[in-house]
Amino acid sequence: MSTAELPKAVDGPLTFIDDRLGSTTFMKRNLKKVFPDHWSFMLGEIALYSFIILLLTGTFLTLWFKPSMTDVIYHGSYVKLDGVKMSEAYQSTLNITFDVRGGLLMRQIHHWAAILFMAAIMAHMLRVFFTGAYRKPRELNWLIGLGLFTLGLLEGLFGYSLPDDALSGAGLRITAGVIQSIPLVGSYIMFFLFGGEYPGQDIIPRFFTLHILLIPGIILALVTAHMMIMWHQKHTAMPSKDQAETHVVGYPFYPVFMAKTGAYFLFTFGVISLLATFAQINPIWMFGPYDPAAISAGSQPDFYMGFLEGSLRMMPNWETNLWGYTIPWNVLIPALVPLGLVMTGAGLFPFVERWVTGDQRYHHVNDRPRNAPTRTAIGMTGVVFYGVLWLAGGNDIIAYKFDVSLYATTWFFRVAIFAGPILAFIITKRICLGLQRSDAATMAHGYESGTIKMMPNGEFIEVHKEPEEEQKAVILSKEEPKPSLPARDENGIPAPATKGLLGHVRARLNRAWHIDNITVEEGHGHEAEGADRELSKGH
Amino acid sequence: MKWFTAWRRRPWAGYAVVLVALATIGVVYAGFSPRTAQATDSSASADDLAHGKQLFNQNCASCHGPNAEGTRDAKGNAIAPSLIGVGAAAVNFQVSTGRMPAMNPGAEMPRKTPVPVFNPDTIQVQYPPNATEEQKKALRQAAVDKNLNDIQAYVESLGNGPSVPSADQVAPANDKVGLGGTLFRTNCAQCHNFAGQGGALTYGKYAPPLLQSTPTQIYEAMITGPEAMPVFNDTTITPEQKRAIIAYIVQTRSEANPGGNGLGRIGPVAEGLAGWLVGIGLLVLAAMWITAKKPKKLKKQHD
Ligand code: HEC
Ligand code: HEC
Ligand code: HEM
Repeated sequence: MSTAELPKAVDGPLTFIDDRLGSTTFMKRNLKKVFPDHWSFMLGEIALYSFIILLLTGTFLTLWFKPSMTDVIYHGSYVKLDGVKMSEAYQSTLNITFDVRGGLLMRQIHHWAAILFMAAIMAHMLRVFFTGAYRKPRELNWLIGLGLFTLGLLEGLFGYSLPDDALSGAGLRITAGVIQSIPLVGSYIMFFLFGGEYPGQDIIPRFFTLHILLIPGIILALVTAHMMIMWHQKHTAMPSKDQAETHVVGYPFYPVFMAKTGAYFLFTFGVISLLATFAQINPIWMFGPYDPAAISAGSQPDFYMGFLEGSLRMMPNWETNLWGYTIPWNVLIPALVPLGLVMTGAGLFPFVERWVTGDQRYHHVNDRPRNAPTRTAIGMTGVVFYGVLWLAGGNDIIAYKFDVSLYATTWFFRVAIFAGPILAFIITKRICLGLQRSDAATMAHGYESGTIKMMPNGEFIEVHKEPEEEQKAVILSKEEPKPSLPARDENGIPAPATKGLLGHVRARLNRAWHIDNITVEEGHGHEAEGADRELSKGH
Repeated sequence: MKWFTAWRRRPWAGYAVVLVALATIGVVYAGFSPRTAQATDSSASADDLAHGKQLFNQNCASCHGPNAEGTRDAKGNAIAPSLIGVGAAAVNFQVSTGRMPAMNPGAEMPRKTPVPVFNPDTIQVQYPPNATEEQKKALRQAAVDKNLNDIQAYVESLGNGPSVPSADQVAPANDKVGLGGTLFRTNCAQCHNFAGQGGALTYGKYAPPLLQSTPTQIYEAMITGPEAMPVFNDTTITPEQKRAIIAYIVQTRSEANPGGNGLGRIGPVAEGLAGWLVGIGLLVLAAMWITAKKPKKLKKQHD
């Protein structure tokens, strides 16, 4: 930056600041920070920008929203609810919708941003998982991400409950039921949270505080930590010609990435506004105020809570009676098991993978999903598990729109929740190996160019071309697994890492992780197929 | 009446008023003409009953039996129920919504276009020479009314049941629409959804959308309880409350969506889908476009 031409009025204060904060060197260093270019790296940014939009629109909404469960009789401008008894919270949301200028738009932006926030977090997490970007040294940020996802779920649940309409009331009722189902302490926690019997007078004011203060505060802190760690560690990068573990290739933050990300903020804001303008969301005036006696067909939570709804819907009605207590498996299992499985599994995964593969190195270059077939297959298993639960949460809509029996869908999902993930694992792994095989073939005798040549003897052949440098680099980014440790060395002494039950399990898992590996190497002109047979039998 | 003042200023309000005026004149004219006066006469003559029985034999007896006593298949399962004592309202509801005569009995009798003898658009009528389109239409309507009245009278003659409500009984109580909404949400929404869009029930049954039902049909559905729907008699929901519900249904389906496209008014499932497909979809495209753009001046740099 040349400050030489700056007028004195600008230069003076700048020098003042710089003398005290030393910001020029700080800026110089950070403005040159390099950002790699790949579309999937922008998914996290959608979440970040949606969160900013949530903060802004949420603040607007707090100006008019009244978190109170006091009963009132409505006589406002929405004639269809004239004379109806409702809570002040619901009434104030109606007022935001129909009387506050721009209020409905703000509500809709807030809600669409919430949907995109959660969807983007999920997509971002999948990207990080499937490319192995969570590997050392980025495990901490992976865990923070999981925390953000969980907090987002809670934040959404609380926000959804605030307007106190018929659907959010149904959601609250389920929440209360789930809390109550926790053995021994459930009823106490519920009484504590709701300040007495369900629904009571306290829950909306309490959720309000959590929704606008506590949880956004924690999210903000975690997002900051997330970004600072990322800044410090730099982005991972997709494999390419110039990429190496020792440096990042990309564009400097200023001006290139800043311009791009600034534009992307505007894109995010634009898409959310587009949705908020043209697609109605959460029409609480149609749902009516919360009324314990009323329930509508198609009562669903927002999509990110859908998997919990789904697991409740497909669970058989089991209960046990133990010493006078009822243990409601029918609520307990669906509420805790799927979430527990997905979150615990995701949280432990980086560490388990490191333990199994014995890979303690730093990784800054991502894996292509096909080159880590076991990880990719496990990921798809999780996705399908979650997806089945999610679909099951909309089973009534599916039954209605596709004209199938509601019971049939329930049974379908009960089978699919077990069969689907297993199938997904097998199929994904096969697809990955197939892609590896085609990579190996490309390296061995070039790629099919689509050009047909006629030989002097009249034979037609397709010309195979040597792949470009860039393509070669991408394909060769695959790491060949080191042969796993022999259980015993030539003197019959067991290797220390394979001793004991744990060591045994580890050796087994290690073999399973790399089984059917296909070697991809620079062309020796031999048949890739044969080579891979050899290798998988080799150890 | 704020909405009315606002409405009056709309450009199309003038046309609407003219249309309503024309329609009113038409109705009044039809009311004075002797033919329809006869058709709405509820005391049925022996001729009418005979005509009703004849219609029944032609359209319904194959399933409901020659004397409407119901029929059973070889295993003793009912093919079609007895109609003795179901009443005129049930017949009017089933036939005017096109459910009866049924085509292929399944889990659910869907609403469909009525057969020609009960359909004012397709019924065959002898027109007098030089009849205008207007007159032809009135003639067809009258013929359908007569057929409906006669078959109702015939079924009614086999055993008394709820009768067809009058126009006053089904007039929407627009001043009580708030009450209507509350009643609708507690009594109907669990099957028909909060906006009357319909929903799935168990065993492959579903509650249909209420988008085409006339006020008379809504009233009749409540007092006869077709299939899986419960009967809402006058003690559970008073006639006045029924008119409030009708007002709610009629107003809701003509109500605009202030927030944009209603996404089918089926709730959060459609919203989640739109969020992923449109929201994330567009943003991923944008991300691909942005990251694919290479700055011209800057060469790639190494950190
Ligand atoms: C293809 C067979 C079939 C034909 C033809 C048929 N029905 Fe039905 N009808 C049924 C069946 C099956 C039911 C029971 C299912 C239901 O309630 O919708 C039924 C039910 C009814 C009911 C409701 C009974 C109740 O308890 O509320 C009425 C009224 C009725 N039919 C009238 C008629 C009339 C009038 C006709 C002739 C215009 C007719 N049906 C023709 C099969 C038939
Ligand atoms: C238990 C679920 C259930 C409830 C509650 C219920 N209905 Fe229905 N309703 C049905 C079913 C099922 C049908 C379809 C009947 C058939 O096809 O013969 C139906 C049909 C109707 C129809 C005819 C739709 C058409 O095709 O024109 C109307 C109108 C109607 N219901 C109104 C109501 C009203 C008003 C209420 C509340 C007072 C109500 N229903 C409550 C299940 C229900
Ligand atoms: C990750 C962040 C957030 C998420 C996921 C989220 C989600 C939601 C959702 C789904 C609703 C229901 C909206 C509706 O009526 O359709 C809501 C309502 C609300 N939110 Fe948030 N929100 C977030 C952050 C905030 C913040 C930071 C504030 C305030 C500073 C806020 C203030 C409000 C208020 C006042 C309401 C009730 C008003 C209304 O429903 O119209 N939100 N929120």
